[in-house]
This record gives sequence, structure tokens and C-alpha cells, in this order.
Amino acid sequence: MVERRHWFSDMLPHLILTIGVGILAFPVWLAVVGSTWDAGTIANGTMPLYPGPYAVENYTRALGHGGRSSGEPVGMLMLNSFVMALAIALGKIAISMISAYAVVYFRFPFRMAAFWLIFITLMLPVEVRIYPTYQVVAQVGLLDTYAGLAVPLIASATATLLFRQFFMTIPPELVEASKIDGAGPLKFFKDTVLPLSITTMAALFVIQFIYGWNQYLWPLLITTRPDMQTIVVGIKKLLVTQDALTEWQIAMTTAVLAMLPPVLVVLVMQKLFVRGLVETEK
Amino acid sequence: MAVVTLQNVRKVYAGDIEAVKGVSLDIPDGHLCVLVGPSGCGKSTLLRMVAGLETITSGSVAIGGREVNEVEPADRDIAMVFQNYALYPHMSVYDNIAYGLRNRRTPKDEIDRRVQEAARILAIEPFLNRKPRALSGGQRQRVAMGRAIVRKPQVFLFDEPLSNLDAKLRVQMRVEIKKLQRALGVTSIYVTHDQVEAMTLSDKLVVMNAGRVEQVGAPSEVYRRPATRFVATFIGSPPMNLLDGVVEGEGRVRVDGAVLDVSDMRAGLQPGHLVEVGIRPEDLEIVGSASNSVSLPIDFVEELGATQLFYGALGGQPFVVQAGTGVVPADAKSLGLRIAAERIHVFDRESGQRLGRVAETAAA
Amino acid sequence: MDRRTVFNNRLLPYLLLAPQLAVTLVFFYWPASQAAWMSFRLEDAFGLTTEFVGLENFQVLLRDPSYYGAMVNTVVFSGSVAFLSLSLALLLAVMADKQIRGATAYRTLLVWPYAVAPAIAGVFWLFMFQPSLGMIGRTLRGMGVDWNPLLNGGDAMLLVILAATWKQISYNFLFFLAGLQSIPKSLIEAAAIDGARPTRRFWTIVFPMLSPTTFFLLVVNIVYVFFDTFGIIDAITRGGPAKATETLVYKVYNDGRLGGDLGGSAAQSVILMAIVIALTAIQFRYVEKKVTY
Repeated sequence: MVERRHWFSDMLPHLILTIGVGILAFPVWLAVVGSTWDAGTIANGTMPLYPGPYAVENYTRALGHGGRSSGEPVGMLMLNSFVMALAIALGKIAISMISAYAVVYFRFPFRMAAFWLIFITLMLPVEVRIYPTYQVVAQVGLLDTYAGLAVPLIASATATLLFRQFFMTIPPELVEASKIDGAGPLKFFKDTVLPLSITTMAALFVIQFIYGWNQYLWPLLITTRPDMQTIVVGIKKLLVTQDALTEWQIAMTTAVLAMLPPVLVVLVMQKLFVRGLVETEK
Repeated sequence: MAVVTLQNVRKVYAGDIEAVKGVSLDIPDGHLCVLVGPSGCGKSTLLRMVAGLETITSGSVAIGGREVNEVEPADRDIAMVFQNYALYPHMSVYDNIAYGLRNRRTPKDEIDRRVQEAARILAIEPFLNRKPRALSGGQRQRVAMGRAIVRKPQVFLFDEPLSNLDAKLRVQMRVEIKKLQRALGVTSIYVTHDQVEAMTLSDKLVVMNAGRVEQVGAPSEVYRRPATRFVATFIGSPPMNLLDGVVEGEGRVRVDGAVLDVSDMRAGLQPGHLVEVGIRPEDLEIVGSASNSVSLPIDFVEELGATQLFYGALGGQPFVVQAGTGVVPADAKSLGLRIAAERIHVFDRESGQRLGRVAETAAA
Repeated sequence: MDRRTVFNNRLLPYLLLAPQLAVTLVFFYWPASQAAWMSFRLEDAFGLTTEFVGLENFQVLLRDPSYYGAMVNTVVFSGSVAFLSLSLALLLAVMADKQIRGATAYRTLLVWPYAVAPAIAGVFWLFMFQPSLGMIGRTLRGMGVDWNPLLNGGDAMLLVILAATWKQISYNFLFFLAGLQSIPKSLIEAAAIDGARPTRRFWTIVFPMLSPTTFFLLVVNIVYVFFDTFGIIDAITRGGPAKATETLVYKVYNDGRLGGDLGGSAAQSVILMAIVIALTAIQFRYVEKKVTY
């Protein structure tokens, strides 16, 4: 549009956005800086705004040994987080995809009942029913296992709805053409639905990987053994209530390491991420 | 190749919606049968029942003498071309065409031979490695045809295959489909709502309305002797003019004060019987202002190039006349019209049935 | 009339649904119904038997001043975070929507905090505002502000609000930007021809057109603050000092961790479930199109 513009009104958006970017980035920058100094500098409150010389030392120690107060190497915690996030993302995609397929491509007694049973779980986030769920997991003997970390979180109405939505956009004529071409329900799934769903699956994977990696309350409750903990939970052990004992440089190193994988996923797969986010919510 | 026989086929959807109300039809071997009618008339449902995509509520469908009511679509030995082509978007053209054969465990070299042959016939050889989205509408249409012919089925089913193409391409593909069907000699059922497509393609034309067959016959026969008022107005463009009339006596009908002689009218109708008289816009003779003619004041004129359409009203009912360009002087305010007795169609005003000879009609 | 072609198969659909239904029944319905059941029962002193006590657990809970405290905290917390993160995100989205150069780069630089775990976000903010060594915390104290989130409840609440807002801005920004970009440009142009200046155009055209997005985000934000901020609170304040930042969800966790009163804890869960169901019901209007057959 032609509109008389003042140089200031041209610069204003850039100014505001730059401030916004700065405010969002500042806490992370401080954390990165914190992970490169020694305990003394931080404890004195004299840490400067630029990185120090202790990066290699801090990261090697954190990954290999962990802090004094927790004693678990962060490398192993990251592996646990990775296994949990992967299991949740893949498990969710698998079970919600086939259940959505059943609801869209078949007509059978109790179909709507099954759909509503799944749909209602939208209203029951795990935090609400945390102790009863904990008891169930304890009863079936899944405490301190990867299965216990992942399985209770993989039933997801959101993912089922997303796949259902997507399947309904596949032209019904493709089913008909497949039937005439001699493909049954499993063959149609494998030859047509699966290849067409790749982008949807990838978008969902990005969102669910982040969701799984960032879980906090659930792993906090059901892991008692230190070697089964995830990195996000592990950081709590590093923050000792008595501040003098907190090894801040290791805590910040761990925090940066915990933040890195999901943030990289978002930055590298930004398109899929945005799509996954918008589609799971809308 | 096979004969297709439908016997009293009905389709009732949940909620007692009767989409097809008892259709019987014989399609001889190698014929192209066109089902035509307005949307919602049940023509697509009927086709889909032949394909096996809809269950048959009652009646029977037989292909080549074998009843197929309970046979899966894949085992009916049919092939179908869809309106939106229904090409698998993630497969190459080659794979799209080969998919049905692969599912039937046809040997690899046989598949290749047949795909190449189909591609040659349809002139799509250069595109075999492309994905459907890289093709134009006409090319996609050809791929869909290729998928059908490669299977060498007993019956081709076409569900409005040209509706998504632009007008020019539609005419071109229409001719190609007709040629291909002739060359292969495969019995075909073709569904369309376009009466021009129906007239030009069919060996056998089936006009449907509200779940019933209104008329079956050769296209020229249906055009010349429409069995019902519905067929009369549906087939032909611009549609047939209809005027209210009353039987005056044997072979004579009074319309808007004038008495018309009709050569094709059932004998024994009582004077005073309420009828409708149908006259095609192109059947009128323009006679200037000679005596023994009806005068039609011209409201406006539409230029079609080779012909002109004159719009007016007779006895309060709209009336259209088609004449070659130049026949009527440009400044004419009205037309003098005369109509030959054998060009007048008479329909019962109440039932809409033709009161005259009809060549072949299905029991509707 | 549903004309979608389907496959005829009796057993297969049930097999396909089985995994999800099994997980849902075992880990959703079973625990949820146990919570509901327990909320009406009381354990004896040895935890051996339980007896039906009707609404007593709920009555005890509602007479408990600390429960009210948690409720007030939750309302203050979620209200502030929703207001702050929505308005800041809207400001940024409007700026990024102005067809300026580098808009996609700004988007990239603004979306990543979504991926930071709440607990990690909490650690970052604690590191900044820690009174004795945090860069900003020390600066505040140096300026004579009596800043101490470890001892002062108000400061603690402010800090968790800031951390939670920080993390939620990206999410709101993405949805606001998508909402802004879906407003037809011709509408803005028509308003310009009608003589509306940019500010007026925003409040009379753009903002009303965004209201579905805003409403949707409002509900999502409240749900976010209710549940997802557990990690932030646990990392920064652990509900303290003196329960000043204990929200309803944190209280369920805290009371349960100390053990004991199963019935009371279950009653808390049931009330939370009721709140979530109410929120979801409001949001349902927007999900409805997904479930109408």
C-alpha cells in the first residue's frame, strides 16, 4: 500500500522485534556464559557478560561425571531422555495412526464409543491424575523402567484427532481406486496412506519429541534410581537448597545441554514444527 | 468382454433415502451405454453398484452372465475412471498404471509390456516417470484411462471423467474416449450430467431422473421421440419449449387460441384432455408475416455465431426460437412462425408421459 | 449421509484400536476412576481399610485455608501469565506481520523458547535473579531494592510469572502471526480506502478478526499455566517461600509426596479434573468441527 511513511515508523518494527529477540535470548546467553566460568567467579557474583575459559572443563565434567550433589553423568541422563522422547514420539504416532485408520476407514459396532473413549482423554492431562497413575504403574511393576516412563504418555487423543483429520482429506476415490486395483485394507494402508502421511508424521514427531524430552513431573515421580532419571529431572538435584553448595557452573552446563536437543530440532525443522504445532491445536 | 445385465436394482440408504428405485437394463457386449441425468438422479450410485463400491439393496447385477452382487470390486473384472482421476499422488505414472497388475501378481515383464502398450496408445510415454502433480489435467485423465485399459477388463466404468477438464479439452477427450472404446470393443458404462456428452458418446442412452429410468434408446431416437416431458426438456439445448394445450379432437390440439395439427398423437383422447405441447427451438419455420402463422414478439436476441436465439413469450409462457444467422432481419420486432405437424410432441399434462409413439422404454 | 467408502472387515478395526484403547483404559480411566472412588473414602490410621465418607474429604479440603491460598496463587499466576504473554506476543506478531524485511528471520529467532523445558526455563531465570549471585538480582539489590525471591513471597511469585511468560511468548506469537496472516489483505485495503489510519485499522478491523485466535489462546494459556508450569515452580521456588507460589497442581504433588491422606489427595485431583473439563468444554466450541461427523 502507498502510505506516507516516516523513517521512524519504518524502523519501529525492527526496534521492537530486536528488543523482543534480545529479551528472549538474554537468559539463555547468561546460562551459556555461566557454563564457561568456574564456581568461584559465579559465586562471587562477578561473572562478566562474555564466555570464560572453563567451557571444556565444565562440559567434560558434566557429561562424564555430573555434579557433586547428584553424581550421575549427564551423558547417561541425556541418553535416558532421548530413549523416552523417542519412545513417546514413535509410540504415539504408531498407535494413534492405526486407531485413526480404524475409525475413518471401517464401520463397526461401538465405533463412536471407541472414538469418544479416546477423545475424552483430551481432558485428563497426566498432572491431574498423577498419583493414581503412579499407583497403577507401580502395581504393574513399571517403576524405574523405560516402559514406565513412556507408555502412560503415548495414548494421545490429540494425535488420533490429527490423523483422523488428515485421513478425511485423502480423497475417497483413492480408496475406491485401490479396491478396484485389488488392494485390501492393510495393503491400502501400506501402499497409499502411509506414504501420504509422511509429512504429517514428521510434523507430529517434532512436536512429540519435544513434549517427551521436556517431561518433568512424570519422570520425577516414577524414577527412583538415579541412573533411570532424565536430564530435565536431573537438574533439580543440582540445585541444592543451600545455595552455597550449588555448583552453578555444572547446573548451567547441564541446563544448556538439556535445552540443546529440542531447540535444535525446532530450529532445523522449523517448517515441520510450525505445521505440527498449528495442526495439533487447531 | 461381456454383457451387463441389471435387474430391478434398488439402493436404499440409511434413513430410508431411496437413491435408485428399481432399474433394469441390458447392455450388449461392446456397447457404450451412457447414464445421463441431473445431479442426485441416482446415476452415479447405479454405476458404483456395478463397480461394487456400493452394496445393492435388492435386485441383481450380472457381468458376463455371472451375478456379482456379493463379489469384491477387485474380482468383478472391471476398471473405473473417476471424475477427479484418483491417481495415487505419491506414485509415478508408471506405478499408477502398474499397481493393479502388481496386486494381481502379474509377471514383471508382462506388466512392463502392458504398461508400455497402454502408454503408447494414450501417448503418455514421455511422462511415465513423473508424479501425477507434474501433469496437466488432460494428461492425468490419460493416465487414469491407462490404469483402466492396462487391466484388459470386461467392463469399463466412467464416472463423469471429463467434468474437471476445460471446455476445449473436454471435446477432444470425448472423441478420444469414443475412438478408444470402439478400438478395444470393451463394454462400457459412462455417467455424465452433460447431455451433449451423452448424445455424442452413447450407443445406448439412458436418461435417469429421481432414481428411475425415464427412457432408454439410441441417442437420436431419444432426441426425436422423448418418452416424457422430463426427457424432452433435459435432452437438447436450448431446451424444448413447452406450452399448455387442450385436446380439440383427433390429431388436433388448441394452444393459446390457435389450433395445431399433430401427426403423432395417441388416438382416442377425449376433447378437453389437458396436455402440454413440446416444440424444439430449431424445429420452427420462420415465415415472415405470412398467414396461417403465429406471431412471436421478440424480447431479446442471443448471438451464437452460426445461429441466433430469439426469446419471447407465447400465451404467457416463455418461448425460444433458433434460426440461422441472417434468416431474420436485424431490425425485426417479431417473428412469424409455422410448425410442421410431425415436429410437435404432446405430453400428458398430469403424468408428463408422451402421448404418442415411443421406440423403446424401460419399465419405469 | 456418510458416503465415504469403507472396508468390510469384522476383526481388523478392533485390532487396530486395541493398543490405544488398552493404554487409555489402563493409564487414563483406571487411575481417574480410582481417584474419583478414593475421594469419597477415608483410610484408617494403619492404612489397612477404607470407609465411605461421602463428601467429607471435599468439605475438609474446602475448609483448609492453605487450599484457598493455592487457589488464589493459581488465579494470580495464570491471570498474569496469560495477560503478559498474550499482549507481548501480539505486539511482536503485529510488528513481524508488517511485511518488513527479515520477517522470517525474526520468526526463527522468536519461536525457539517453545522448545525449552519449563524446568530448564526456571533454572535460567533463577540464575539471573538469584539475590546473591544472579546478574540482575545483584544489580537490583545494588540499587537498594530489597529483592529476594528465596525469602520474599511476592518476589518469588513475580519471578515464576516472568519465567512462565518468557516461555509462552513463542507459542502465542506463532498463533497470532498465523492469525494475522490469514486476514485478507483486501479487508485492510478497503479500510484504508475508507480512510482509517493504521492504529484505527488495527483496533476496528484486525483485532476483532483475531478474536477467535485470542480466545483460543486464552484457554490454552490458562491450561498451560495450570499444568505445564509445574517444572518452573519446582525449579525456582518449590512452592515456597511459605507456600507463596504453591498452585493447585503443585499442592497435589506436595501433599501426595508427604504421603498420608489418600482421600484428600484424591479429592484435590477430582476438583482439578472438574476445572480442566470445564475449560475444555469452553474450548470445545473450537474443537467441535473436528468431531462432528
